[in-house]
Amino acid sequence: MSKPFLSIENLTQQYPDGQGGMMTVFENATFGVEKGEFVCILGHSGCGKSTIMNILAGLAEPTSGVVTMDGREVSGPSLDRGVVFQNYSLLPWLSTLKNVSFGVVARHPDWSKAKVLDHSRQYLAMVGLEGDVIHRKPSQLSGGMRQRVSIARAFANHPKLLLLDEPFGALDALTRGTIQDKLLKIWGDSGQTVFMITHDIDEAILLADRILLMTNGPFARVAESVDITIPRPRNRTAIVEHPNYYAIRNHLVQFLGKRSKDLAGQASDGAAQRPETVRIDLTGTAEDPTPEPRLRAVNT
Amino acid sequence: MPILSLNQRALLLSVVILVVGLLIWEAAIPAQQAVGELTEYERLTGGGAAKAGVPPPSQVFVKAWEELSNPFYDAGPNDKGIGIQIGYSIYRVLTGYAMAALIAIPLGFLIGMSPVAYKALNPFIQVLRPISPLAWMPLALFIIQDSEASAIFVIFICSIWPMLINTAFGVAGVRQDWVNVARTHELGHFKTAFTVILPAAAPTIVTGMRISIGIAWLVIVAAEMLVGGTGIGYYVWNEWNNLDLTSVIFSILMIGIVGMMLDAAFASLQRAVAYVE
Ligand SMILES: Nc1ncnc2c1ncn2[C@@H]1O[C@H](COP(=O)(O)OP(=O)(O)OP(=O)(O)O)[C@@H](O)[C@H]1O
Ligand SMILES: [Mg+2]
Repeated sequence: MSKPFLSIENLTQQYPDGQGGMMTVFENATFGVEKGEFVCILGHSGCGKSTIMNILAGLAEPTSGVVTMDGREVSGPSLDRGVVFQNYSLLPWLSTLKNVSFGVVARHPDWSKAKVLDHSRQYLAMVGLEGDVIHRKPSQLSGGMRQRVSIARAFANHPKLLLLDEPFGALDALTRGTIQDKLLKIWGDSGQTVFMITHDIDEAILLADRILLMTNGPFARVAESVDITIPRPRNRTAIVEHPNYYAIRNHLVQFLGKRSKDLAGQASDGAAQRPETVRIDLTGTAEDPTPEPRLRAVNT
Repeated sequence: MPILSLNQRALLLSVVILVVGLLIWEAAIPAQQAVGELTEYERLTGGGAAKAGVPPPSQVFVKAWEELSNPFYDAGPNDKGIGIQIGYSIYRVLTGYAMAALIAIPLGFLIGMSPVAYKALNPFIQVLRPISPLAWMPLALFIIQDSEASAIFVIFICSIWPMLINTAFGVAGVRQDWVNVARTHELGHFKTAFTVILPAAAPTIVTGMRISIGIAWLVIVAAEMLVGGTGIGYYVWNEWNNLDLTSVIFSILMIGIVGMMLDAAFASLQRAVAYVE
């Protein structure tokens, strides 16, 4: 089998623990993401999600391990991997519009100024920022508005891989819903691959093809990969009716509530730590031929 | 009754303080007014030096009016208009200052970006920085052999440190998040320096520049007193030798006003580059 589009092999990250020793965030994490896939990662605060993402972005060097994208090793940041940072990371001396056009110019140095501004405006409008607002500085925006600028900046560049670190965390339910829909549309139209960190289980089920579950740190593991067996297009009100919805949701809640703790803190003894694939399908019709509804037991 | 705004009240109070201050000054030396006129006569006869007194503000105003209505006259080496003298001082300050900025800002960038450069250069900076700029004067005069250039050198050496240190500090303190934004957009080193690091560090750098210009203006007066020839510092010293205290007070005021304007220019630059996180 050939390597997946994005391949993470034996990724280990250690930090000094502040008392002279080393603290292992995760060890030998190994997983892949297929081209065009939408993957969400769930895990408790501090387990190492942002750390993984910084490594995928090429912003941080792992202690050991390799990340490849499209067959090439990730050795530094690239315009092909767009990032929405957890803390927005807008440049405070630039206006909202300039924060977005800054990225567009970097991506398309040959475009005319008018075209760059036009393109930037279009993506700001997509996240609901229009009119006077786009000439304000980030400090004059609300937290949710800043987050949307950061989203517009990343989306406007059409990267092959979108890395989103809790991109909707500061948004109210209504705006969040609209932008989730926009994200799904862009993703559907463009064939981009999305790797997204979230704390919201329902959001993850709505958006993802697959959810990666991380145990608590230190020695966190990407322990499970849960397939979301709900057909697309998904509609936030309709999916709760789907027979698989609550089964999947319960599994995720149960993992985060209990098993993420039970599975935590185990060193890997050098072996690659691959997530177990969990497939929950109560419809009994789809690809999974298993007749009985089942919740896969995980024995570790 | 309409309530005055904060600014209006402050302005009113400033005017009151000024007027009261001037009145007290004026009232404190009524007797010497006559003496002042006498000294004029006595100085001509060469005998009144010891009785020279502090002039009242009214006399300073008259002097200021005279000088400022014809600031650029030139009647020989010891009699030039106040505008010419200040012009010389500003020219020296700006020349020395510009040379300092040209070195301090790029060097500060380097020190701020590179921990090795910081560690290597820090001891030199720490030793050179506390030296009074005027202590360089004899060495400068000996090596440069030119009083004009020596004065400029003294300005250069005194204005370099705040700019160097603030630039290094500002550049080193740029948030990694912002640098990461540049990196994810594949900006090169130069692009990153100019579009991210420079604007991010600009408020700190300009603060250093503002401190430097203040110091430079303080130092030029002393330097010109030593070097002589032209400039506002020389003018003050020359009028003191003439025992013309009215001119001394007038030129002191001018030094203050020019210093204030230089500072105001940098304050507006500071506002232009400021940002809120
Ligand atoms: N530069 C660093 N130096 C030392 N320890 C670090 C550093 N960065 C992260 N850590 C540690 O690594 C662990 C994982 O951090 P990370 O930011 O990846 O968590 P996270 O899963 O993104 O959490 P959250 O959901 O709160 O954002 C934490 O325990 C944190 O203390
Ligand atoms: Mg995080």
